[in-house]
Amino acid sequence: MVRSESNIINQKIWKLLEEVCDPEIPVLSVLDLGIVRDVITADDETEIVITPTYSGCPAMDAISMDIRFKLLEHGYKKIKITSVLSPAWTTEWMTEEGKLKLNKYGIAPPGKSAEVLPHCPQCGSADTKLLSQFGSTSCKALFQCNGCKEPFDQFKCH
Amino acid sequence: MALFHTWISQKKAKALPSKSLIPNYQSLKMDNLTNYTLHLADNNLIFTQRNAEWCGHGPILEQDIAITNITLDLIGQSRNFYQYAAKLLGGEITEDTLAYNRNERSFKNCLLAEQPNGDWAQTVLKQFFYSSFQYFLYEEMKHSADDQLAAIASKSLKEVTYHVTWSSEWVIRLGDGTAESHTRMQHAITELWPYTGELFIPADYETEMINKKIAPNAIIIKDKWFRKIIEVFEEATLTVPENIFMQTGGKTGIHTEHLGYMLAELQYLQKTYPGAEW
Repeated sequence: MVRSESNIINQKIWKLLEEVCDPEIPVLSVLDLGIVRDVITADDETEIVITPTYSGCPAMDAISMDIRFKLLEHGYKKIKITSVLSPAWTTEWMTEEGKLKLNKYGIAPPGKSAEVLPHCPQCGSADTKLLSQFGSTSCKALFQCNGCKEPFDQFKCH
Repeated sequence: MALFHTWISQKKAKALPSKSLIPNYQSLKMDNLTNYTLHLADNNLIFTQRNAEWCGHGPILEQDIAITNITLDLIGQSRNFYQYAAKLLGGEITEDTLAYNRNERSFKNCLLAEQPNGDWAQTVLKQFFYSSFQYFLYEEMKHSADDQLAAIASKSLKEVTYHVTWSSEWVIRLGDGTAESHTRMQHAITELWPYTGELFIPADYETEMINKKIAPNAIIIKDKWFRKIIEVFEEATLTVPENIFMQTGGKTGIHTEHLGYMLAELQYLQKTYPGAEW
């Protein structure tokens, strides 16, 4: 049994996972999100260990399926997707590159804490206000920019 | 419902033999860990079903989205508990059979969860009572002797923190708002307070879990919960009723009349077409 990135096969799998995107935020890969916790290969079986972002996030089922399809496409046959809850996912596991991609896509990336106001992803202004802690998906909060007056989503700190 | 009916008939839903799918849950021997896990799952599921009635009917769009997002978190938490209970029970039992095939007497949710939504004041107050309870429960349960319950608690705690903030703000806004909103909030307290005591009165299965350090100590949670309620109520200029008789029974399957109607709607499809899937 080989864990993580310790051999070539596993490195290849990690590379493939870069191509699996979040169905709601297609600019982010599952690796950008930090939800892939481990890749374990043993004989003919490949196990991908993932952790959910939010308990009720409906995208998690779609993500599991997309990972499975991606691996099947590349000839992997016996695939097991395991979901673990502990340690609980945190936005700190999101990659720096992922945060930049999010901002470019128009969603303010998560800050250090829920109290820190995000900058407007449209005009860059720091003068923003919270409209609602709950947005269009479990992971987002709704803000408005006082500079350009545009509303925007923030991927909330978790 | 009629729509579902037609749709399912058109799809020629595959009805599986109901015998294997509907075990008799009342005669099923469950250990206390399973009972306790089911109690946690049922609390969330029934709360979810109630909150979902607001979907598309919230006072303004942002609040409609807020309450349904909270509901989504709660259903996720209930799934985690049901999946664990199904694993403990084994056999053909799944999270779905536990949610859809048990009857009213098998449900172990607290009475608070099944109370009608009433007006917005009653809804946000119910959320505030429950989310504050969940917050302190999960905070303790993070250290449970049972690894899976500890993991679910750590995960859920982050979500519940947002629910507490949102519902406290509403209680303060309405309590310390206009004369009308204040009256409605105080009325909501009178309606719901009798159902809060049960949260801290352990059922037999729960007592065993507390002794085994699997479930948190109810007295510790009650103390923290009460302090939080007082803190928010003071800011909201609201008062706690005194000498109120506390209703109990939900944790052991003795429910108010509301639960039966909720389950009739929630379980309609699976009761009519056992094992239907799409």
